[in-house]
Amino acid sequence: MSFDRSKTPTWRTGYRFQYEQAQKGHVLLYPEGMIKLNDSAALIGGLIDGQRDVAAIIAELNMQFPDVPELGEDIEQFMEVARAQHWIELA
Amino acid sequence: MLSTGSNLPDSVSDKLPPKPEIGLPLWLLAELTYRCPLQCPYCSNPLDFAEQGKELTTEQWIKVFREAREMGAAQLGFSGGEPLVRQDLAELIAEARKLGFYTNLITSGIGLTEQKISDFKKAGLDHIQISFQASDEQVNNLLAGSKKAFAQKLEMARAVKAHGYPMVLNFVTHRHNIDKIDQIIELCIALEADFVELATCQFYGWAQLNRVGLLPTKEQLVSAERITNEYRAKLEAEGHPCKLIFVTPDYYEERPKACMNGWGSIFLTVTPDGTALPCHGARQMPVQFPNVRDHSMQHIWYDSFGFNRFRGYDWMPEPCRSCDEKEKDFGGCRCQAFMLTGDASNADPVCSKSEHHGVILKAREEAEHATQTIEQLAFRNERNSRLIAKS
Repeated sequence: MSFDRSKTPTWRTGYRFQYEQAQKGHVLLYPEGMIKLNDSAALIGGLIDGQRDVAAIIAELNMQFPDVPELGEDIEQFMEVARAQHWIELA
Repeated sequence: MLSTGSNLPDSVSDKLPPKPEIGLPLWLLAELTYRCPLQCPYCSNPLDFAEQGKELTTEQWIKVFREAREMGAAQLGFSGGEPLVRQDLAELIAEARKLGFYTNLITSGIGLTEQKISDFKKAGLDHIQISFQASDEQVNNLLAGSKKAFAQKLEMARAVKAHGYPMVLNFVTHRHNIDKIDQIIELCIALEADFVELATCQFYGWAQLNRVGLLPTKEQLVSAERITNEYRAKLEAEGHPCKLIFVTPDYYEERPKACMNGWGSIFLTVTPDGTALPCHGARQMPVQFPNVRDHSMQHIWYDSFGFNRFRGYDWMPEPCRSCDEKEKDFGGCRCQAFMLTGDASNADPVCSKSEHHGVILKAREEAEHATQTIEQLAFRNERNSRLIAKS
């Protein structure tokens, strides 16, 4: 099953992506919980704004990291996991 | 001590793992007040809440939030008592949100109105948790000690979702409502809860006082967990976002819970009068805890006696000291050890290695034969609190 890159991710209601100085990293905050994101998840998360579709996010990161060949697949995988965990909605 | 015949106690302490670095106080629980319109007989507030000191002012709370946020606190829970009785709640929410906290309102829903839900949204409130006492009106109202509680909660739960908040519904379960767990889950799904906490009574405060009348039987618990797992599977198959969280009572475990993820590890509670605690049950312990009126949050978290009392492993007597699971469960809950053995350093008696484990076995046995009705429980109200404080 191929991933539809024309879908646009948005954070689920009540989920907030933000930088935490004390943890020197990005986190995803939600009701009574917090997930510390690794560097690549943080880069992707920073581009989820309800405007960019997945293709646009891939294009943006491809420009920043032209030497990473499987970047598109990595981003698709992040989207799949984030949707399965109900962190994001893809529409 | 180990039974190796060694007379060198140091040889034991040498084997203790190094004291872990002190973590960040990621979770701040602000118990704004002990005042509450309900009278739940399993309330975790201290029995002598009516005798506690004056509540912190708005300015004092804001100082607490600012200092905790600078130290890395990210989650802030407004709790109580019933936090809605604080007239400055919207102001506190606004300040906390401005500082970057994820703000959680933990409420019974009593005293909530559409206007407040809307005002809090404007102030930046991120999430509302409503607690229910039961899935049917009569039992709920009986437990809450209020005739209108249930209808009000339903109306407010719908309003919370209508105003675009994520919602957690919290049901404290016990022997009088746990058999209806299917109805509880159905109700939560119908109300579009994002998370459902099915929290079997933990025996602190008023719940400890009423333990015989609250602890479910093993059979009740097993059945409730099975039903919850069936609903989980069903929700997952549907791709439904609602998540069910089932909290078992540790009285049916053989190993203790890793309480608060370790003493002074990530949680910091501030009580209505400003006493800072490593967990909201710790007030009853014979330990000197600092007050935010006298000290900075930095001092409280890193340097105070109370917060360092049970950090690391040096304080542990046997059987915890030589136990290879101590880094996993930290010897369990200090409050429970104190309540049930008289010494807060002891192993949590939930552990089958504890010499006091018999009190847990006895409680399980009593659960098989208990006959107490809801009406016979001691309700959490000022009158009972003052009586208990005097006695």
